[in-house]
Amino acid sequence: MNLTESSTAFSFLSVLVFAPLVAAAIALVLRDERRVRQWTLLATAAIGVFSLFLLRGFEASTAEFQFVEHREWIPHLGMYYTLGIDGISLLLVLLTTLITPFCVIASWTVVKLRSKEFMICLLIMQTAMTGVFTALDFVLFFIFWEAMLIPMSILIGVWGGPGRVYAAIKFFIYTMAGSVLLIVAIIALRLETGTFSIPALMDQPYDRSFQLWIFGAFFISFAIKVPMFPFHTWLPAAHVEAPTAGSVLLASILLKMGAYGFLRFCLPITPLATIHFAPAILWLSVAAILYGGLTALAQSDLKKIVAYSSVAHMGFATLGIFLLVHHGTIGGALVMINHGVTTGALFIAVGIVYERVHSRDLARAAGLGRQMPIFAFFLGIFCLSSLAFPGTNTFIGEFLVLAGAFETSLILALAIVPGIIVAAAYNLRILQRVAYGGTKNPDHSGVADLGTREILLLTPFLVFILWIGLQPGPFIGLMEASIQNILDIVARSSGALNP
Amino acid sequence: MSDAQTNSFIAFLPEGILLLGILALFGVTLGTNRVGAARHVSVATAIALALACAATFKAEAVLFDGAYRVDAFSQWLKLVFALGYLGCVVIGNHLKDIRADIRPEYFFLLATSVMGFVLLAGSVDLITLVVALELSSFPLFLLIAMRREAKGRRSQMESAIKYMMFGIAASGIMLFGMGYLYGLTGTTSLPLLVERLQPVMHTPLAITGVILTMAAFFYKLAVFPFHFWTPDVYQGASNETTAIIASLPKVAAVLLLLRFAGAATPEAQTLAVMLAILAIGSMFFGNLLALAQTDFKRLLGFSAIAHAGYTLLGLVALEEAGFTASLYYVTGYLFMILACFTVITRVSRDGANLPISALAGLHKRSPLLAATLLAGVFSLAGMPPFVGFMGKFSLLTAALQQGFLWLVLLAVLNTVIAVYYYLRVVHAAFFTEPSGDADTSPIHLDPAARVLCLLLIAVIIGLGTVPGLFLDTIADSLSSIFPPS
Repeated sequence: MNLTESSTAFSFLSVLVFAPLVAAAIALVLRDERRVRQWTLLATAAIGVFSLFLLRGFEASTAEFQFVEHREWIPHLGMYYTLGIDGISLLLVLLTTLITPFCVIASWTVVKLRSKEFMICLLIMQTAMTGVFTALDFVLFFIFWEAMLIPMSILIGVWGGPGRVYAAIKFFIYTMAGSVLLIVAIIALRLETGTFSIPALMDQPYDRSFQLWIFGAFFISFAIKVPMFPFHTWLPAAHVEAPTAGSVLLASILLKMGAYGFLRFCLPITPLATIHFAPAILWLSVAAILYGGLTALAQSDLKKIVAYSSVAHMGFATLGIFLLVHHGTIGGALVMINHGVTTGALFIAVGIVYERVHSRDLARAAGLGRQMPIFAFFLGIFCLSSLAFPGTNTFIGEFLVLAGAFETSLILALAIVPGIIVAAAYNLRILQRVAYGGTKNPDHSGVADLGTREILLLTPFLVFILWIGLQPGPFIGLMEASIQNILDIVARSSGALNP
Repeated sequence: MSDAQTNSFIAFLPEGILLLGILALFGVTLGTNRVGAARHVSVATAIALALACAATFKAEAVLFDGAYRVDAFSQWLKLVFALGYLGCVVIGNHLKDIRADIRPEYFFLLATSVMGFVLLAGSVDLITLVVALELSSFPLFLLIAMRREAKGRRSQMESAIKYMMFGIAASGIMLFGMGYLYGLTGTTSLPLLVERLQPVMHTPLAITGVILTMAAFFYKLAVFPFHFWTPDVYQGASNETTAIIASLPKVAAVLLLLRFAGAATPEAQTLAVMLAILAIGSMFFGNLLALAQTDFKRLLGFSAIAHAGYTLLGLVALEEAGFTASLYYVTGYLFMILACFTVITRVSRDGANLPISALAGLHKRSPLLAATLLAGVFSLAGMPPFVGFMGKFSLLTAALQQGFLWLVLLAVLNTVIAVYYYLRVVHAAFFTEPSGDADTSPIHLDPAARVLCLLLIAVIIGLGTVPGLFLDTIADSLSSIFPPS
């Protein structure tokens, strides 16, 4: 695959990646905390709007990388500063740039202590996240990938809940341990091919056993990030203890990086190993769907329910990706985006509940719907989306995955079905309790319904849930060519094996 | 080469400036209670030295009948030493924990030691090399003993004796090894020695000679099993002195190791395997014992042993990319460790040793110090975008290139072990509230310390993200030292 240079001299992606960092530097010199908040919101919103211009220049019909920037970086070590996006990364970049302003709004009043440092961490996170999705040099990718750990751990460890320190350290060590093997794999690939360029590493005739080892290193690091069952144990702790904005970033963006890693690296760089390991990964994904769902059903902490539902949803994503058929893989990629929207929204909703009753306990929140009808409306849509109700975004994604699963194996497809039923059960349980239940509950009469800020915060999520649900065409269209290209690479290499 | 020779007077400018500085400091020590003046002279000397190194960067000269060479390689290292010296002086601040009446002498001895390091960078003859090495070591023995005597504690004397005994023993072994090398090659001139050593490098005698010679450098670098002095000396010496011992000698040790390792080629498997075993021993020993430490300096002592192991990864490769990586890593290490010691000396108000728990609430007491600590510690842990990551990455690449997959896997395993105790430091500084009777008052930094903190953060990030110029220069100058055989 060639790197097509962008026609304009303007470094669109660099601006997108480093603008938050510049904004953070400016925030550093602002004195007033209120100013810092306003500035961060302004900056992230501007970056969000600016990122939409990517859509104008993006050519969806090709799988080539676009908006490519290619510069010398550390020639001595053979590293280049290369950025570029294809259909898969485009949507994830947009998700990142569009979610971040809402994280700022969501922490507007909650984060009282040292909100300046909080905002700076958030902005550094945005740079790292955008960098991960746009980097086309493996070392550059890795730097962004790891650079995220420090601000994220600090977000959890300083501004989190009571068990924050444990959660932050667990998150850090888990992710770091996962990624050290990734370094070895990166170096091994470089010594094999002489380049760190991701497009150049794809679709190469590597030795089969070499591929198996590389895949193993990739898999551990990405599976922890997704997180796949049984590598998920850091997730509930981190999710539960993180501040709302942290949970949203974790769920919406960070978990996507693991799945993105599978799509971007595992499939096209090690296709033979992918085919070799796919059946095992499919069943791990099924296990994640069932395990995540059943565990969510047993929780009484709202954040834990959403956290375990993430495990289940991401199970759908990895399942779809490793089905290696057109519908399934596109479905898996779409599940990634949907999960980002829906779970982000659910975490914000839980944050709203917590602000009002100072508890995330389902029993304490029961009956809130009576006092908060507008909130109940939003929560209802979000829960329906989370259980894949037709007309919402998740339905499209999971339906495609299911269709792909039926194409591949009937037993596999039937094994998922209980997971879907459980998803309905735990989501309806939230909805039933919060919106309707709890007559014996302590007095909620002092609780106010959503304010304008909160309605503004939740509405865009609602729009996207329904938009993707009712008209998924444009979203799928953006990434179809890129995904088909990856699947072609896999098919070619397996064809080369058994002609 | 003779055409490109610079006027030898100009080529010797950095050393000359340092010598003048030392004389001036000697003058200062003749008066009484002139610690402020000594400090100012030291800072001025360090800055002038750095400028002189930068100015004579392109200089090339051979001095003293071929015993001393000035080239890009030596000037780079002198620049690094000068910056490290500057850092140490600023870190030293007012030398809270040194006996008040001998504080000016402290600066004098420090400058003398730096003179030794600077001379090491240019020494290309065994004789000058040994003289320079001892010149750099002896003042350090004294500096350790100069710590103020606390009631019921004379650990500074114990540490000084330990450091000296180990140092002298290591020097003895080195001289023994050098005797072999001289016997084999009949010369004390390093370039000639290396050239004559190359054909016989596979013989047991040559390997023994090289390894014995390296023993003294392993001692400086605190490589297992030459590390025994490290934790005790780190703990017993005053904070300022430990900062010096932990930083400058490491760079010098790697420099010297390179000079001798250049004799071997990647085919010299015996040497490579021996270095690999030392590397593994250092990494595991340092990291596992660091896990159990509660004193920050002692923790850094064990981490220094582990880092010595990482640094050897580059030497194991026995070729230029590896040597470059080692030098790059240890240069980065100098700045990381200075960042940590800046924090230690500023948090510990009376100069006492600092338990990790005393860092509690640092991000509230001084955000700048907390940020410096963050950069230093995460860089030690090998996180991007700091220099610790890029250094480790180049080391691993070099080792893997020579097929040492098992070594690389053990090294990354060690990185994960190490993360735990580095996180404990971060945990204390960021996530822990100070306990009841702890000092929670804000820490006010003097302007020099502020500038030092910002500079250290900038260098740690800069060397980690845009090391292009640095690496190219090192690689170029290395190839001038080791002409392809």
